[in-house]
Amino acid sequence: MTAKVKVIKKPTRSLAEQSYVVEIVKGLGLTLKHFFKGTSQLASGNKPNPVTDPYAEGCSTLDYPDEQRAYADRWRGVHRLTHRDDGSPRCVACLCCSTACPAQCIYIKPGEYPVDDPRRGYERYPVEFVIDELRCIFCGFCVEACPCDAIRMDTGTHMTALDNRASFIFDKEMLMSFAGQDGTYKTLNDRHEPGDPSHPGVDRMRGGH
Amino acid sequence: MLFWISAFIKIALIVGILVNMAAILLWVERKQSAMMQDRVGPNRAAIPLLGRRFRLAGLVHSIADGIKMVWKEDWEPKNGDKLLYKIAPIIAIVPPLCLFAVIPYGPTLYLKKLGETYDPAWATDAEQVASSVRMQITDLDVGVLFIFAVAGAGVIGAALAGWASNNKFSLMGGLRAASQMVSYEIAMGLSLVGAFMIYQTVQLDQMVEWQVAHTWGIFAQPLAFILFATAAIAETKRVPFDVPEGESELVAGYFTEYAGLKFGMFASGELVEVCTSSAIVTAVFLGGWHMPFMTLQGIDLTSLGGSLVTLPHGVVVLMGVLNFVLKCVVLIFLQLQIRWTLPRFRYDQIMKLGWQILLPAALVNVFATGTVLLFLNASRG
Repeated sequence: MTAKVKVIKKPTRSLAEQSYVVEIVKGLGLTLKHFFKGTSQLASGNKPNPVTDPYAEGCSTLDYPDEQRAYADRWRGVHRLTHRDDGSPRCVACLCCSTACPAQCIYIKPGEYPVDDPRRGYERYPVEFVIDELRCIFCGFCVEACPCDAIRMDTGTHMTALDNRASFIFDKEMLMSFAGQDGTYKTLNDRHEPGDPSHPGVDRMRGGH
Repeated sequence: MLFWISAFIKIALIVGILVNMAAILLWVERKQSAMMQDRVGPNRAAIPLLGRRFRLAGLVHSIADGIKMVWKEDWEPKNGDKLLYKIAPIIAIVPPLCLFAVIPYGPTLYLKKLGETYDPAWATDAEQVASSVRMQITDLDVGVLFIFAVAGAGVIGAALAGWASNNKFSLMGGLRAASQMVSYEIAMGLSLVGAFMIYQTVQLDQMVEWQVAHTWGIFAQPLAFILFATAAIAETKRVPFDVPEGESELVAGYFTEYAGLKFGMFASGELVEVCTSSAIVTAVFLGGWHMPFMTLQGIDLTSLGGSLVTLPHGVVVLMGVLNFVLKCVVLIFLQLQIRWTLPRFRYDQIMKLGWQILLPAALVNVFATGTVLLFLNASRG
């Protein structure tokens, strides 16, 4: 018994396709459609936003420096030092961040509070807090290491290009002058002053549960 | 006296417009390609004035480009041919500018009759002819043949540039440019023979007159129009036919070794060629300054059951020139659109298209036109 052979016809091109002319006109029609769409959008200013509307017809690129893509919340930008309610840094100079830093770009000079201050013995404060942004590799380990949410990289801004190396040494005041992407200088995590009776960690000790 | 003054003004105007058109087309090309590729396109260069930044939708980039080209280092290949290297860009840009010399861009203007309705008797009135200005720099008897001769000279620039650069890529580009342009020159010339047979002339202004009296060339010679337009695009050495430049194979082809203003001359020469080829197609196939229902007297709607709206002679001439410009602009737009729509042909495909398709098709067109004309003449007795 002979095998059944299914003969498949070779795909052929029609005369219109072979003459190029029809196909070229079709191609021109397609590009013209895009041209008029793009022109009308740009002239009327109704350009779709490719971030929120990625499948929209027409212009699909950002007008970059004028329009910018919003960064994700977790995007790592320039560091900032978060504030307490009284405007001092939340940093307690525990040196966790400078220890975790693989580029060794963070320098902290810790200081003790005065003898009669309730915070003495409870925590320290940074006399100096310096980040060399040229050494920084923006890995975010400092943010991970920080036990009290004092250093964050949620400013949403790039490290700007500056014209001399000294300008890249950011000190405490400078780091505290940056706001987060939400525009505030705080973080959402609560801070508890020494002797705070509302501290959740002592609930169970008080027998609440 | 009037002849010389008007000739000088016309030459200055046309050369000025063409050279500036190169800069404008650079912008059109960038912006148009951006629009059709769903991009925003150039928009950053700006002129700071009165505390504002004028961007003009990216047009300023052309100015910035021009300034950049002037200030770039004028580098020359050490072992190249110094003289040929310098004159090649000049040879590349001058022929496309010269082509416009024979292109009629409007009906003859009779200066003493600007406000009156056109009267065919003026054309034979010696006094009126003496005070008339032709909308054409010169009406050479050889007409289109002049165009072929000068356009053919353009290839010398590309070939010399490839030779004088002392660079293998340039030489390959020059070779390709020479072979491609010579091949398409033939198809281009032959495709017009059918048109010559119908128009019974090679003078462009008479061709336009025939088209005004009868019908546009595109309807009388549709095949010739397609062949000629294809060959004209090939002559400009732009994208579907840009193997001489061939970025992916030859760096930049015959102008690889050129920098600064010399490179600019090659680039603007190409864009000027786009303008001139559009103007030639307009004059030969699209009725020149003519529009349907437009005559030298005014707007003729009698065929639609309307009446003849007479217009002053000056207005008709102005309308004619604007018609010509409009048709050129549409054709230029179409050429740029083709440039950004079609991919580049392979070198052998270009040669095949030129010699095996366009050339035989042009010959067929010549024979068909001749046969039809013979029958028509025979039937008229």
